Amino acid sequence: MGDVMQNHPAATAARKSRTLRAQAAAGARIAQLLLGFACAFLFWYLTVDVWQLPRFANLPGPSEVFSEWFSPDPIYGLSFYTPDYYWHILHSLARVGVAFVLATLLGVPLGLLMGWSQRVREYVFPLFELLRPIPPLAWVPLAILMFHGTETPVIFLTFLAAFFATALNSMLGARSIDPSLIRAARCLGAGEWRLFSRIVVPGALPQVFSGLQISLGVAWFSLVAAEMVSGEYGLGYLINTGYSMATYPTIFIGMITLGVVGYLTSVVIRLIEHALLRWGNDEQGGRS
Amino acid sequence: MTPHANTHPGAIGRWRTLPSAGRRAAVSLIVMLLAWELIAHSPRLFGFEVPYLGVLPAPSAVIGEWVMLLGDAHYWGSWYLSFTRVFAGFISALLLGVPLGLWFAISPTMRNLFFPVFEMLRPVPPIAWVPAAIIFWPTQELSIISVIFLGAFYTITLNTYNGGRRVDLAIIQSARSMGASRSNIFRRIVLPGTLPSIVAGAAIGMGITWEVVVAAELISGGNGGGGGGLGLFMWDAYLAGNHEQILVGMLSIGLAGYFSSGLLRRFGGLLTPWLSRN
Amino acid sequence: MKRAAPTSIGHLKIEDAVKVYRSRNVETLAVDHCSLDIQPGEICMIVGPSGCGKTTLLNAVAGFHGLTSGRITLDGELLCGPGKPMAEPGPDRVVVFQNGALFPWMTVLDNVTFGPLSQKTMTTSEAREKARELLADAGLAGMEHRYPEQLSSGVRRRVEIARAMMNDPAVLLLDEPYRALDSLTRAMMHEALLEMHARRPVTILFITHDLEEAVFLGHRIVVMSARPCRPTLQMEIDIPHPRDYSITTSDAYRGYVESALDAVHLEAQKSFAANEAEARP
Repeated sequence: MGDVMQNHPAATAARKSRTLRAQAAAGARIAQLLLGFACAFLFWYLTVDVWQLPRFANLPGPSEVFSEWFSPDPIYGLSFYTPDYYWHILHSLARVGVAFVLATLLGVPLGLLMGWSQRVREYVFPLFELLRPIPPLAWVPLAILMFHGTETPVIFLTFLAAFFATALNSMLGARSIDPSLIRAARCLGAGEWRLFSRIVVPGALPQVFSGLQISLGVAWFSLVAAEMVSGEYGLGYLINTGYSMATYPTIFIGMITLGVVGYLTSVVIRLIEHALLRWGNDEQGGRS
Repeated sequence: MTPHANTHPGAIGRWRTLPSAGRRAAVSLIVMLLAWELIAHSPRLFGFEVPYLGVLPAPSAVIGEWVMLLGDAHYWGSWYLSFTRVFAGFISALLLGVPLGLWFAISPTMRNLFFPVFEMLRPVPPIAWVPAAIIFWPTQELSIISVIFLGAFYTITLNTYNGGRRVDLAIIQSARSMGASRSNIFRRIVLPGTLPSIVAGAAIGMGITWEVVVAAELISGGNGGGGGGLGLFMWDAYLAGNHEQILVGMLSIGLAGYFSSGLLRRFGGLLTPWLSRN
Repeated sequence: MKRAAPTSIGHLKIEDAVKVYRSRNVETLAVDHCSLDIQPGEICMIVGPSGCGKTTLLNAVAGFHGLTSGRITLDGELLCGPGKPMAEPGPDRVVVFQNGALFPWMTVLDNVTFGPLSQKTMTTSEAREKARELLADAGLAGMEHRYPEQLSSGVRRRVEIARAMMNDPAVLLLDEPYRALDSLTRAMMHEALLEMHARRPVTILFITHDLEEAVFLGHRIVVMSARPCRPTLQMEIDIPHPRDYSITTSDAYRGYVESALDAVHLEAQKSFAANEAEARP
């Protein structure tokens, strides 16, 4: 019935004019977006390079940062053309990757179990709530004492931050499932395992993924802080040494790179989510 | 329909009538503390050190150290310093983030122009701003506060924005049909409608500020700077090899974060009495 | 249209059911000495104001919670009663829920075959074949690979009934399944349900607060009192099945609706007053 209506000539014309209007609106939005970025860069350029306002003048301007970044022969030794740059990115990525995968492998099952079984929740959740208010970074001294070397403490701190966010959101996800669905499955004769694997897991998945997004964000947060305190290589280390060696443009290169890489990793998670959750709208909401 | 024969409300009886949640929480806490105590004394009791967890001081020793520190002015000074920083950064984030979030929510132009810029800056973790902040601000104190500000700012702005956009259009239309002016709609409809989201964002932001303050204090400590605060208290304990004080520092930071978030939620509850709580 | 022989299974008997909710120190009587005897193949409509405890009764039959006292039997077998505090949920008593409970992450076909595949009573291909038949009977051919999200709410309800019927249940428990639908769709649902019942006369326990729905569908309607829930009026609807919407203009139909209306209206007023009293501190 609906198809017939949609193929009516008047409907087609209306749809065409609607798409035209939508395209115009999108064009205006892109123009405004570019204008917004232009304003931001202009602000940076004017305050630092042109007017040289007090305090702002200490910072490197956009021209300095970008000419350094794209220079084959950088003054401070780091640009797109130096292998060191990619070495730092790779180190940070590998650390986040290991910590994130570990946190997901441990946090998602634990969280789902806590959400599913009242007994598990009542035993484990209090300990969880006791440890959670302690910020992951407050574990720094203990992590250094507990794990030898520089690599393990950094990964441990990153893992810890990601783990709590993942487990908590997985638990909330399992508890947010409409009880009617669980009752319906019981009516239809589903046993415990089938109930868990076919109802609880897919039902919790949207919130598990919003938990993973949060977890990834806090993983980068902790990683950078941990790399700044201890570590060789990595973007946090790069930013911190940029400060101590007074190579200021490098700090900004590191920050921008961090933003881009962090954003790209979250896009990867979102792509996986879309591939897995084809069945529904992605209504999201998570807690960290 | 006969009620239970509940005649002996002795200690065991009362334990049994506790809800299972409370009983199990107590069991797991006690088990954890006992295990931790045993692990700490393992070299003496069993003749070997438990890997990794062996460096933890015994909970009894930590409590002893904590009790001793209660009379210590330096310890409370650290609390005070961290609290003032969190407070300053948090309040400034609230003062700037809420108006900005509301502006994003009600003005499409503002949203289209600057929301993408805002979104682009957001993936840079606040801690990464520490060196830039130190270069920019004249004092270390200001630079730490500015980084704390950033930590809470994104969350508060984003929550305010989302809350503002979610205000029910039907409510705005009904207010308009009753003849409310634009400013009236903003003050009486949009602002209270957004308030729950602002409170939620502020509570999350408060949690982040405690993470940031610890990190900032640690980094300034790691870079040889002073400045005090609970983060540095812990770092000094680490340098001095005082494991008990490290734990006291960690627990203090956890407590501080927990209480400031709780306080904020309580205060937020007073501001939004129309929300039902259970 | 093939017509199944009238079955003798599905004799649901509720005897003297009482349900008391305890929270802290407050006891609330939700169901008060309620007895019902539903014959195999009967459509029994339970009518009562919202929140009167009808659902509590249905949940006790389904096995979602127990009774404080009383017993429920299905074809002579004890579901819940002395010595058995709670019935086990099972495919002989499938519930169709108020807001719909299709699994959003499964296609229509996976939803419909979920029951037999869970109970391992059929192989996947057998289940698929039967599901296709059932869906085709319900006029839903071609929908097999859609997700519930992509269906209209009326189609979703029909799929849910088909999912329930896949298990050849003895009793179908319907908890205001058409509540959220508009009246036109609802009328179509009613006819579809009766059509299904004509093909396969399963016992139906149907909860509603809509009198016209009750009179149109039911062999019998039972009007419940508000808080606690207790039958106050039972009425046989003596209009021959299969019915269609032409009967709604008949005098007999209007007569039944009117006489039930008085009873329900009185209960609705009582329930409203009770709610008001509760809301006041």
